[in-house]
Amino acid sequence: MQDKLKAIAVNLSISVFSIIIALIVGSLFILLTEASPIDAYAALYQGAFGNFRAILNTLWRSTPLILTGLAVAIPFKAGLFNIGAEGQLLMGGFTAAVIGFYFTGLPGFIHLPFAVLGGMLAGGIWGGIPGYMKAKLGVHEVIVTIMLNYIAISLTVNYGINYFRETGRQATPRIMETAALLRFNDMPDHPFWGRVPFIDIFAQPGIRLHINFLLAVVAAILCWYLLFKTTAGYEMRATGLNPDGAEYGGISISKGMVLAMFISGALAGLAGVGEALGTHLSFMAGMDAGHGFTGIAVALIGQTHPIGVILGGLLFGSLAQGGLEMQFAGVPSEIVMIIQALVIFFVASLQIFKKYMVKRKAKEEAE
Amino acid sequence: MSKKLISIAVVFSFIMVAAFAGFGQVAEADDHGSDVRVGIVLSTGGLGDLSFNDSAYRGLVRAEDELGIDFDYIEPADTAEDETALRRFAEMNYDLVIGVGFQMADSLEIVAADYPHIRFAHVDHFFEDILDNVVTLNFAEHEGSFLAGALAALVSETGTIGYVGGVDFALIHRFEGGYYQGAKYIDEDIEILRRYADDFGDPARGREIALGMADDGADVIYHAAGGTGTGVFEAAEEEEIYAIGVDANQNHVAPGRIIASMLKRVDNTVFDVVESVVDGTYEGGENLFYSLADDGVGITSLDELDVEETDAVDQGIITEEQLEMIREMKENITAPHTERIQEIEQMIIDGEIEVENWGETGRPE
Repeated sequence: MQDKLKAIAVNLSISVFSIIIALIVGSLFILLTEASPIDAYAALYQGAFGNFRAILNTLWRSTPLILTGLAVAIPFKAGLFNIGAEGQLLMGGFTAAVIGFYFTGLPGFIHLPFAVLGGMLAGGIWGGIPGYMKAKLGVHEVIVTIMLNYIAISLTVNYGINYFRETGRQATPRIMETAALLRFNDMPDHPFWGRVPFIDIFAQPGIRLHINFLLAVVAAILCWYLLFKTTAGYEMRATGLNPDGAEYGGISISKGMVLAMFISGALAGLAGVGEALGTHLSFMAGMDAGHGFTGIAVALIGQTHPIGVILGGLLFGSLAQGGLEMQFAGVPSEIVMIIQALVIFFVASLQIFKKYMVKRKAKEEAE
Repeated sequence: MSKKLISIAVVFSFIMVAAFAGFGQVAEADDHGSDVRVGIVLSTGGLGDLSFNDSAYRGLVRAEDELGIDFDYIEPADTAEDETALRRFAEMNYDLVIGVGFQMADSLEIVAADYPHIRFAHVDHFFEDILDNVVTLNFAEHEGSFLAGALAALVSETGTIGYVGGVDFALIHRFEGGYYQGAKYIDEDIEILRRYADDFGDPARGREIALGMADDGADVIYHAAGGTGTGVFEAAEEEEIYAIGVDANQNHVAPGRIIASMLKRVDNTVFDVVESVVDGTYEGGENLFYSLADDGVGITSLDELDVEETDAVDQGIITEEQLEMIREMKENITAPHTERIQEIEQMIIDGEIEVENWGETGRPE
């Protein structure tokens, strides 16, 4: 146990150290634009953590990233590389939005779960297809997921939106109130939550966090439980570590692959559901914002561990949330992107450095 | 040893940063006459889109020079940031907050409702129930496109022309309708090939469609398809046919092959709304439509070089030779039709020609 804690502490301090190095290198770029790095970083901090609202909005920005991060991490454990989170997110978000506006007059306690589960199922199917094709036909999942991304974009953003569009916006009609995910902003007026003491702290305008963040955290914990505490999870991990060995040991590889990809798709779908039912209240062109691909980086920085993925998602979320504030401090958006990329680069590369150190230490001890 | 080196390097870079940081803080001299502050949130795509965002930015630069205002702009990384960015400007009490592009319409409405004392302007969306502190700037694209269609029909030798739309929906139908009516006005029997690419950012698709149209005999192709239009220009260069640009002056993108561009003067309209704030004549609650009559739309000059084209040489985007190609093309191809197009323009302004807005009436089958 103590060793484990120590390992976590080392991991965290390496990450913090690499963020500091990234910020130092980034300051050179900021100087190029004649802005002050100190002001810029103060703005980054202010934007991401400066006040209560900023912190909540950082959580809001992190939500889809945590979910797509999980969607990449779970199959990764089973030896599969899911590049299709983007398409799964689109399918999930689109399905949820269509259920959200198409059915009128349903009570909220039916409509909302219907829309959420519908979206997750659509994402799950979109993820399950490459899993099934890999298991039964041996088609490489990378190719299938990439292709399914294209199909999802055409199906939802191009064809789907045009089919349902009512106004000039490239979006589906607004969802019914009964299908909306509860926003923290609305809690003070909520018949149930409104009675909770101190709920008024959520009343200030501009708080955009909705309960999908809580669902994302619960999802991460469930993923951890599934992977490390259940037989199915053990089988998945065994398949990932050594497929031939696992099969020899009597594990059904194909079952594990389909299951891992289905769960992964459902998680990415939930990311889309949150954006559609919580953030935009419709399915909107551009709302995927590359979250499915960012999810790959989130998963790798989180070392494909569900709890690590939460931290990775928070890192990316705070960079996104704080990055906007940096623009207000006069840093051009391109530099903001460079700094975000530098942080990711250093965090990822120093982890490799750590692995190298561990290996060397092991070698020294062997000698 | 190496550890020591690293720590020295880290400390050194800290010192460097601290030393240089001072330079960044040189405040810009404030010699402006007006203290109006304008905040603009651009649509995703940001500056350098050769279209909307660039045009709006140009309008603000002009306002800065001529009216002495200050402005700040934000380029959101994705659509989720729109609302936050607009809200930050409103919180900081900017005198005018501008949102660009129809995708931002909902966000702007939410924020404007929260800050009734702040003035807002929105480019390219029409609100049914408009708030008292919002004006929207819309464009009669059908009128500008009518001129493009008329020009295409005048230039075409084969009697077949083409139109490539971005995505098949009301706003883009305005372009199609104007172009169609303009061409039919010149030549009742002209054949107009029309296709939608279902994408604003797919040049390869645009090229395929345009090549197909060229195969079917089209020799002038108009596009209202954003980035997809680049492919139309490529096809025009390959097949040696002509193309017509859209939104901003795109004539330099394929020198000599783009006979004109239909202009949406976002810059003029943004300038006007800023001016109204400076003058104190700003009145909210209005959906403004800019048409040919008030220079909101138009087409590039047919007989002489435009300032954007010569600027493109100064900025190194095209060479002197390419500028010469544009000049030659204008002289030989479009200049003979200048008078006719101006005449039609005047007739539209006077109401003698009524251009139907397909965005409202729908596409006739």
